[in-house]
Amino acid sequence: MFDQFDTNVILENLHFLIEGMQLTLLLTIAAICGGLVLGTLLALARLSGFWILSLVSSTYVNFFRSMPLILVIFWFYFLVPLILGQPVGGYYSVLIAFVLFEAAYYCEIIRAGIQSVSKGQVYAGQAVGLNYFQNMCYIVLPQAFRNMIPVLLTQAIILFQDTSLVYVVGVKDFLVSADLVANRENRIFEMFTTVACVYLIICLSGSLLIRKLQMRYAL
Amino acid sequence: MQYNWDWGVIFREPYLEWILSGIGWTMSVSIAAWILAFSLGSIIGILRTTNNRILRAIATVYVEIFRNIPLIVQMFLWYFVFPELLPNDSGMWVKREMPMPEFTTAAICLGLYTASRVAEQIRSGIQSIGQGQNNAGLATGLTTVQVYRYILLPVGYRIMIPPLTSEFLTIFKNSSVALTIGVLEITAQARQIEEYTFQGFEAFTTATILYIIVTSIVMILMRVVEGRVSIPGMISLGAK
Repeated sequence: MFDQFDTNVILENLHFLIEGMQLTLLLTIAAICGGLVLGTLLALARLSGFWILSLVSSTYVNFFRSMPLILVIFWFYFLVPLILGQPVGGYYSVLIAFVLFEAAYYCEIIRAGIQSVSKGQVYAGQAVGLNYFQNMCYIVLPQAFRNMIPVLLTQAIILFQDTSLVYVVGVKDFLVSADLVANRENRIFEMFTTVACVYLIICLSGSLLIRKLQMRYAL
Repeated sequence: MQYNWDWGVIFREPYLEWILSGIGWTMSVSIAAWILAFSLGSIIGILRTTNNRILRAIATVYVEIFRNIPLIVQMFLWYFVFPELLPNDSGMWVKREMPMPEFTTAAICLGLYTASRVAEQIRSGIQSIGQGQNNAGLATGLTTVQVYRYILLPVGYRIMIPPLTSEFLTIFKNSSVALTIGVLEITAQARQIEEYTFQGFEAFTTATILYIIVTSIVMILMRVVEGRVSIPGMISLGAK
């Protein structure tokens, strides 16, 4: 089988594949940024002490966490054009789906991170006269995020893998590009093996890096 | 926003039937995959805690490979690439004669993928018990197998109930990836109903509610189990 492995098909379509990978990375980064911002807000709402805010936040989180990502992608692929009243293309609806979905997971990570900062820090901040937002921005969140770095990076790798699910609505990410080439050139074996290896190398080096970071910054 | 509501659509023929069969497929893929993931994951997780270097290396390689390739890519590998790798006869058998090819492939793929995640939970569960128990067991003259059988595993599995529950829920949600190779489970059926009737709201809401119901049932059930089997005196288990 391997003696027939046709590397030419990969080299010839390399440009196309790289474009797909760019979209995958773009989607990953955009979803991380959006998810982090929304997730932080949700976590702050959850810990705010106002029961209505924390109820909204926990309902949101539980709702998204009990749904498969594919269903969420379908939901927004169907909903976004309907709400906006015009077709927006797969990319934006998928991006919205990822931001909202990942926010639920980031919220739980950030909540744990905030809770890992000792209460004394919060009191100290209050004692020197900082208001809630100053206290959060200058005292609690910087420490919380530092504690969370390994978990956040792990979640980023999971998100990177999850973006391949945009396949179901045909947004041209790395996997879909490879799939198109595979079907056009009738080289399914080569293309899918390559895709698997590329993902494996990227994710594996990512997780090795995280492990190194963790050892260096372990308290 | 222009939309014609018609909640009746999901109770009409043949859509109700589609949804019911979707539930059936989701459950059977999840349960079949879980049996595989739990048994294989346990073995690999235990291997990762042993003192034998080769066994530990094998288990580590397994975990790293299966954890670092997206599930959907693994699905395609098993479905499209794996039969090509087999010798001619068995390759043909997989392609032509294997009963329920999509279901079997999906269950095996999901099971092998989740086994790597279960293995990590099992490993950390066993390691959290601490070296002391292990040494105490060995000191009283138990063999390594006996230490695992009578000390580490009975305690370990109890500690691991909450993370394993969430792994089961993950497998249940991940079973939706099986739609990419043609298993018509809940999500696929909802999508199909949307395409046939344009009643996306109703179809997706139904699917969402079904997922939430099953998730809640599993969580309640496992909390009961956790309470039943908890070891008195261990804070991490009894405390809510």
